[in-house]
Amino acid sequence: MFPFCFEWIWDMSHIVFMGGLWFALIIIGLGMTYCIGRTFYDTYIFKGKDGHN
Amino acid sequence: MKEEKSDKSAKKFGMVIDLDKCTGCGSCMVACMAENNVPFKEDESKKLVSITWMRVYRLTNGKSFPDTEICYLPKPCQHCGGKGEHGHSPCVSVCPATATDYNKETGIVSQIYTRCFGCRYCMAACPYHARYFNWWDPVWPKGMEEYLSPNVSVRMRGVVEKCSFCFHRYQLAKDKAYYEGRSDIGENEYQTACAQACPAGAITFGDLNDSGHAVYELKKNKNAFRLLERLQTNPKIYYLSSRQWIRRAGDNYLKNEK
Amino acid sequence: MDSKIISGELKRCSTWQFALWISAAGAVLLWGVYAMLLCWFKGLNQTNMNDSYGFALWIWADLAIIALGGGAFFTGFLRYIIGKDELKNIVNYAVIIGFICYSSALIILGIDVGQPIRGWFIFWHANVHSMLTEVAFCLTCYLFVLIIEYIPIILENRRIDNIPFFHNLGHNMHSIMAVFAATGVFLSFFHQGSLGGVSGVLFGRPFAYREGVLIWPWTFFLFTWSAAACGPCFTILITKITEKITGKRLVKDNVIELLAKISGWMIGTYIIAKIIDTVYWIKVTLPATGFGLMDFYSNNPFYGIWILVLEIVICGILPALILISEKGRKNRYGLIIAAILAVLGVCINRWVLVLQVMAAPVLTFETWQMYFPSWQEIATTILPLAYGIIIISFSYRYLPVFPQEKELNPWTINGGK
Repeated sequence: MFPFCFEWIWDMSHIVFMGGLWFALIIIGLGMTYCIGRTFYDTYIFKGKDGHN
Repeated sequence: MKEEKSDKSAKKFGMVIDLDKCTGCGSCMVACMAENNVPFKEDESKKLVSITWMRVYRLTNGKSFPDTEICYLPKPCQHCGGKGEHGHSPCVSVCPATATDYNKETGIVSQIYTRCFGCRYCMAACPYHARYFNWWDPVWPKGMEEYLSPNVSVRMRGVVEKCSFCFHRYQLAKDKAYYEGRSDIGENEYQTACAQACPAGAITFGDLNDSGHAVYELKKNKNAFRLLERLQTNPKIYYLSSRQWIRRAGDNYLKNEK
Repeated sequence: MDSKIISGELKRCSTWQFALWISAAGAVLLWGVYAMLLCWFKGLNQTNMNDSYGFALWIWADLAIIALGGGAFFTGFLRYIIGKDELKNIVNYAVIIGFICYSSALIILGIDVGQPIRGWFIFWHANVHSMLTEVAFCLTCYLFVLIIEYIPIILENRRIDNIPFFHNLGHNMHSIMAVFAATGVFLSFFHQGSLGGVSGVLFGRPFAYREGVLIWPWTFFLFTWSAAACGPCFTILITKITEKITGKRLVKDNVIELLAKISGWMIGTYIIAKIIDTVYWIKVTLPATGFGLMDFYSNNPFYGIWILVLEIVICGILPALILISEKGRKNRYGLIIAAILAVLGVCINRWVLVLQVMAAPVLTFETWQMYFPSWQEIATTILPLAYGIIIISFSYRYLPVFPQEKELNPWTINGGK
């Protein structure tokens, strides 16, 4: 799963498979970070229930 | 599955089993169980839940008396090389946790018990039913723990196990050779328990790539065949039989196929 | 008692009625949990699996519920990526059903493995060549996506929505839902496919083995296609069952019909591909291994050629024709029958590609093996059903799952019960 696991090899199979996995995880992670960050801004800085409007 | 550089001097351990000599006595099964700490239960009659790394099958030609013929066929793990002998044997390529591996130095398919988490995908993949699941924890009769081989780890409930070609014997032989300053081991230094136990001398074990080993010539016999060759699993167990119906029983054929 | 949590304008049954209903489902759930604990503490000797049936009822259940949960990714794809706006009225429910299916599949997998504590090895020591690794990774990631899609629905609860932080969070998550949905579609394509690959790559098992493209056997594509085709039928079926139980119309006919029409065309095209695959398998793949078709459909007490006919004709061609025809899908009974057949068809497909593969002998001197699951296997397979009923019941009671409910049931508004 990680390059420091001893099974890891820098071959095409690992790069494509794990690349796809980490790509998906990064999108999910960044998406949720954006949502939570934006919500903090809307709620505590912009200060409004409908801060997004 | 770790890719290793192919080595021309790589070994390919395998077996040639002469079915004309096999009497079906079961010594190979007993020797295998004792050597490899294979667990057993009080009732071993349910073969689908009992573990026998080496299992002797009874085949018949299906004809009635007096034409009935019987053959006993010992079947260990076939240590498949997979399509094109690349080491992608049916089980190795499917194991999700890399708990079974194809050793390109020896051609032996290993099973790492402490890595296996018991998904049984390898069992589903193996057409030979050479893999066994530990449905129970092993329970040894009182005092028998003392007789267990210290060279083979016992397996716990929930993992898959199978014939290893007595790999620990290979390791011991290699250690001995290293200690004595040799780089290689002789044919007789590494033999499986089943091959040594067979009273009829039906099982011959050795390096299929080494012309000095008996199996090298035996596998070229015109009566030699392997099980399910058409599936391109490339097994390393060769069988010999002078009887045509037995050779034909080794694979599947279409109804109108000769 | 709990009226303050229920959305003000929606009528729901009394708390006592609800408690009774949940207790009944809870009893079944507890039965399943008991069986699950037996399997965990005593081991898989509690099942009727054996060395011939390494894969059995549980793996079938996993494959089937993931296919049925495919309604979530495909409806999400149609709603957020293709832009079929009408489907916003059913996408919430599709997400909840998908969440139930996927979380159930992970629970069952957790029971199915011999050493559940080592389950993380599949991630840590991943063999990237194994289809099961691909399944585990994509399935887990997609469950994250489903949770992310489910959260905004939960945040719409009357009480939760009053809290500004959660209100804003729900809105922000909605605003980038297309990104999550697209990620979900990407992950679903691979895990639905790799579930098909699980059996398709077994070159030692001629009944399952299929050729394909690069590393992916044809079953990879057929599984994705069939999940996208039949998953929405399951969503429709569960919606109709929910309407029957609640005694209310919850989704407008035009929404159901749109989903049914798309599903019909998907089933139709899938079944053509499936027929081509089957013919190629019979004519080319099988003979090369020395097997004929009837070797897999005779000399055993259960698996006859009827199962192939049932899967392809009765549960494939027939529902496709009903759903493609406007008259068929507009007919109340036609729609329900087609949805049931499509769901049954995908379940049969998964059954044969798991159970029949295990049953059929490959060595000439072995025979067919039959299997019937133990009560522990049955109980743990029914567990997700009870779990699903409970999740749906709570979601329906406390969350505005169906945007059209108020409009379709004006006389029940302000009931406040």
